[in-house]
Amino acid sequence: MNNSAVTDSACVIAPVHAIAHSRSGDKGNRSNISVIAWRPSAYSILIEQLTEDRVFEAFRHKHVTAVVRYELPGLYALNFVLDNALEGGVNDGLCIDGHGKTLSSLMLGIEILVPRSEIAADYPYLRGPYLPG
Amino acid sequence: MDKTVCIGSGAGFAGDRFDAAVPVVNTLKAHDGPRYLIYEVMGERTLAIAQKLKRQNPNAGFSPWLEKYLPEVLVSCLKNNIRIVANFGNANPRAAAQKTHEIAAALGVQGLRVAVVLGDDLLEYSDAASVLTATPIEGTELGTDPQAVHAANAYLGAAPVAAALDLGVNVVLVGRSTDAALVLGPLLHEYRWQPDDYDRLACGTVAGHLLECGGQITGGYFADPGFKDVPALHELGFPLIEVDALGTVVVSKAGHTGGVVNRATVTEQLLYEVHDPQAYLTPDVIVDITSVELEELDDNRVRVTGARGAAPPSTLKVTVSVDGGWLAEAEISYAGINALARAQLAADTVKGRLKSLSIAQPCRIELLGTGAVHDNDQSARVTQSNQQFSLHGEFRVRVAFRCNDQNTAQRVADEVLALYCCGPAGGGGVRQSVTEQVSTASVLVDRQRIEPHVQIVEVMA
Repeated sequence: MNNSAVTDSACVIAPVHAIAHSRSGDKGNRSNISVIAWRPSAYSILIEQLTEDRVFEAFRHKHVTAVVRYELPGLYALNFVLDNALEGGVNDGLCIDGHGKTLSSLMLGIEILVPRSEIAADYPYLRGPYLPG
Repeated sequence: MDKTVCIGSGAGFAGDRFDAAVPVVNTLKAHDGPRYLIYEVMGERTLAIAQKLKRQNPNAGFSPWLEKYLPEVLVSCLKNNIRIVANFGNANPRAAAQKTHEIAAALGVQGLRVAVVLGDDLLEYSDAASVLTATPIEGTELGTDPQAVHAANAYLGAAPVAAALDLGVNVVLVGRSTDAALVLGPLLHEYRWQPDDYDRLACGTVAGHLLECGGQITGGYFADPGFKDVPALHELGFPLIEVDALGTVVVSKAGHTGGVVNRATVTEQLLYEVHDPQAYLTPDVIVDITSVELEELDDNRVRVTGARGAAPPSTLKVTVSVDGGWLAEAEISYAGINALARAQLAADTVKGRLKSLSIAQPCRIELLGTGAVHDNDQSARVTQSNQQFSLHGEFRVRVAFRCNDQNTAQRVADEVLALYCCGPAGGGGVRQSVTEQVSTASVLVDRQRIEPHVQIVEVMA
């Protein structure tokens, strides 16, 4: 992919993975997924774009019924709590990953628009420049 | 200023490396001040299964991991005055204490003193019917039959652990306590923080929360090659924390090991299994972690300060376990030329068989390798997406099925086995398991009804 035409301030389509890291845990049939910005400047991008609605859409197919986002500006982190995300949870579900341990990677795969300057020059998983209109 | 208390982790779940504690103990030995080693090995499932074992045999129901972990370090801990606090008790802390004495005897250790924390097991002193009328907060529907209740265990706090340490024992074994109590207990014992010193209790609880999952704060469950690289996962160093009398925590790891401790590893663990970060509920204190500050010190050391606390809830969480029926899981692989079509035919064949046999319980049939792990139970996402998989890659058909009787569960698993000769060409590597399940629910019980107490367990004559 050739992004050479993209200036530093221009946005590219990037997975959350480009600017944040994440860990998921479970309690019953509820999953919590943290999203932690690598840099303070990336936190505001997450606040703006990684909304409860956006996350709900990404997990809708898992039959999630509600998403709540908690903000931790001091840690540049968000904490998402997804109700009924685990198809019954580790005790009752049939999903191979009953704990939802892998869901952090689903979260990090959500695509958002990020200024090129926020992303490491050699980051390999950009989909391409964002071309408005 | 007082000497700091140093607490190391030997295990963060029942399944952690058997020898992870050895470098931790070697590091603890050099600490100038009180020293502790904790093991956290309990889960809701393990407890429920342990209760069943205990009913069959009054000497069973404690964690079998005790026998893997303790022989590695017990002699060294005793020699170096490192006290052990662990939840090896599961459903039967007294039996765990007896086993600990047996291990000590086999190692030639003399004079080991062991205390247990009891009172988490509600069925020892109250009836199952009253548990069923408690306020449910999550989990499976419990119904109204007291006979169906296998276990009801309250999450105890740190005070009983501190009381056990006050007795001067070398080892404290608990059943169901909060994981953080394994750390806050020693801190209460050492620093005599008062029950209403909420900010201090909050800092100690955060310390426990950070330590309880072992290597998850030192680079385990963290590595993402090229983005989050961790040195030498094969010799991952387990964590230690130093805590001072004000509740300032410094996280580090065992010397001469792999792994990493930095802002990123600490933040991930800080938020692990947290819901509302302003109100992390424990029996000891309600913790606000949004005020926590992290500071990277020198190599692999992070300082954690600023947790705030508020008065704890008037109720305790109780995990109630009931029968969960049987879970059958079976898999078979297809690989190479035209593998996707063959795997799909295998899945359809099992579906056809179950229909012929009139087996219609909840069943999940999926193709691992196509995105199934993140998909739902109808494979809807894979079906709807335009994702292209190599038709000639490798795929694993997985069938998961749950029902109330063992024979039906086994029959479903056997349908996957039968694909060897009755299914598509070239299926291989069948694995199957049929396991008894427990279902759990959490309920809230008034803390006045819970009776934690401590007991010294002597060697049985």
